[in-house]
Amino acid sequence: MRRYFPVVALVLFAFALPPLAAATKTAFLLTQATMSAYYALASLGLCALMGYAGQISLGQAGFFAIGGYASSFISTRNLDLLASTPFVRLLDLAGLLVRGTDSYGAPLLSPSPWVSCLCAVLLAAGVAALIGTPVLRLKGHYLAMATLGFGIVIEKIVRGTKALGGADGISGVPAFTILPGLEVTGGRSARSANFTIAWLVLALGYLFLVNLFGSRSGRALRALHDGAEAADAMGVDTARYKLKVFILGAVYAAVAGILLTHYNGSIGPGEANAMKSVRYVAIVAIGGMDNLGGTLVAGLALNFLSLRGVFGSLDDGVFGAVLVFVILLAPEGRLDLFRGKARRTISGGASRGAQS
Amino acid sequence: MSILAAQGLTRSFGGLRAVDGVSFEAGEKRITAVIGPNGAGKTTLFNLISGALEPDSGRVLFDGSDITGLKPYKVARLGLARTFQAIKLSRKMTALENVMLGRHVRSRAGFIEGMIAAPWTRGEERSIREESMRAIELLGIAEYRDKETGSLPFGIQRSVELARAIASEPKLLLLDEPASGLNVRETKALAGLIARIRDRGISILVVEHDMSLVMDVSDEIVVLDFGKKLAQGAPREIQQNKEVIEIYLGEEDA
Repeated sequence: MRRYFPVVALVLFAFALPPLAAATKTAFLLTQATMSAYYALASLGLCALMGYAGQISLGQAGFFAIGGYASSFISTRNLDLLASTPFVRLLDLAGLLVRGTDSYGAPLLSPSPWVSCLCAVLLAAGVAALIGTPVLRLKGHYLAMATLGFGIVIEKIVRGTKALGGADGISGVPAFTILPGLEVTGGRSARSANFTIAWLVLALGYLFLVNLFGSRSGRALRALHDGAEAADAMGVDTARYKLKVFILGAVYAAVAGILLTHYNGSIGPGEANAMKSVRYVAIVAIGGMDNLGGTLVAGLALNFLSLRGVFGSLDDGVFGAVLVFVILLAPEGRLDLFRGKARRTISGGASRGAQS
Repeated sequence: MSILAAQGLTRSFGGLRAVDGVSFEAGEKRITAVIGPNGAGKTTLFNLISGALEPDSGRVLFDGSDITGLKPYKVARLGLARTFQAIKLSRKMTALENVMLGRHVRSRAGFIEGMIAAPWTRGEERSIREESMRAIELLGIAEYRDKETGSLPFGIQRSVELARAIASEPKLLLLDEPASGLNVRETKALAGLIARIRDRGISILVVEHDMSLVMDVSDEIVVLDFGKKLAQGAPREIQQNKEVIEIYLGEEDA
């Protein structure tokens, strides 16, 4: 099946690139390639929401930050002083806490990243459900403005909250032990393994979406794209489907935010910045809108170049320019770059029905 | 036996009574047509029945249950499918995918099941595809099934929409001016098609401006004028009704 080809490619690259990089002495590139995979994951979530279901969101960075911040906040709590309280003892007995020492040698007793990760995903999904219910009644520009506003609010909250580190953000975020010996962490010795983890997670995220859009629910989502009227008439509860895909996009962003934060060991308010949201939109747009493969390639490539500093101080400007360029040339995302076929061959057709 | 009954339906826009106390019944496994000159309230009446608009007063009974003011997606789940005068297809989906959407009410696989491609949903997905292909073949558009509908000729798009509605195996099919934008030959073919759909046991209510289509194919005709029901009867009766001739047929070269 051709649509599963990118999944296979991602899995192959996940295992093949680290030894290749080591052999060519370019292993230092794996760090940015790892980070790019997480940003690409957040872009795929937006691709489902915006490209396929046609619901634009300029708040994707907000959900990314909610995930990253929530998981780092929870996993950096030190419950050592409360260790004797029944609640903490219960958590400990349930295996939900991990022990360690901070940089001064003092004992640490913190919630396991599995716990913080789960809480962060649930929080992002909850916020998406809460915001999405009223906001998804809006269309087009209005939806864009509302989600943009949401993203700005999230940035102001994380920047202005002392407990979240203000402008510095949260650092000292612990490694996320997925399996014994397999950690999401930025240490040099774990570089290859983390590249593999990130690309496998991306492959899994991609696989879920390919499956979805080949399914009954996926068709209902795609039918929302050109106005929900037809979907409604065919028995699709459109409000519900819009909310579901909005939550899906938020969860993708949150998972990306969580994993990247544990990988970097820190997160700052810049992740919630509106310009980051614009990036995700630009990536989906240049990827071809309802094109998972294009979004995947664009997300990996543009983020990698950006993280390598190729765009220099013009970084945000490049993404903004890309967006303008795509919207001007191919507002429906049909940039022939990724499709290579002439479109709208019979353009006179649909206008005939407008009469009377 | 009637499948659909409108009882005293009224809907105003501002000071204008677009539909004014209209009552009629549509018989089971029959083709009922609603006709009238432009502005007679046909489309408003259509929207009141399909749930797209709520009536100010009156009731709509469908297959024994009151569907007045019910949202379109709920009406659809009860077995009422519709087409649109200005075609509404998902332009970027293929013809087959659009028709498969018609099976939505006849299937149940959920969101998460879709994401993980749950093995137990495969049978359902296969039957969605088969039933959709059957509808596509009935309409004779099999050669277009893998084309994105946005690139298809207008007449074919109309057929895809019809196939989508039929794929849902409705009890009642609502057609909103299906002949609009079609040429004479296409309209003739459409008439044959509508009769064939009726013969498969599906009741049809068609709102139409085009007299040739309606007179050929209808079992029963309801005539609207200025929001009110002017006449109801078999095509021959309607053709001989003086009032109808005056307000409607006289204007056209029918």
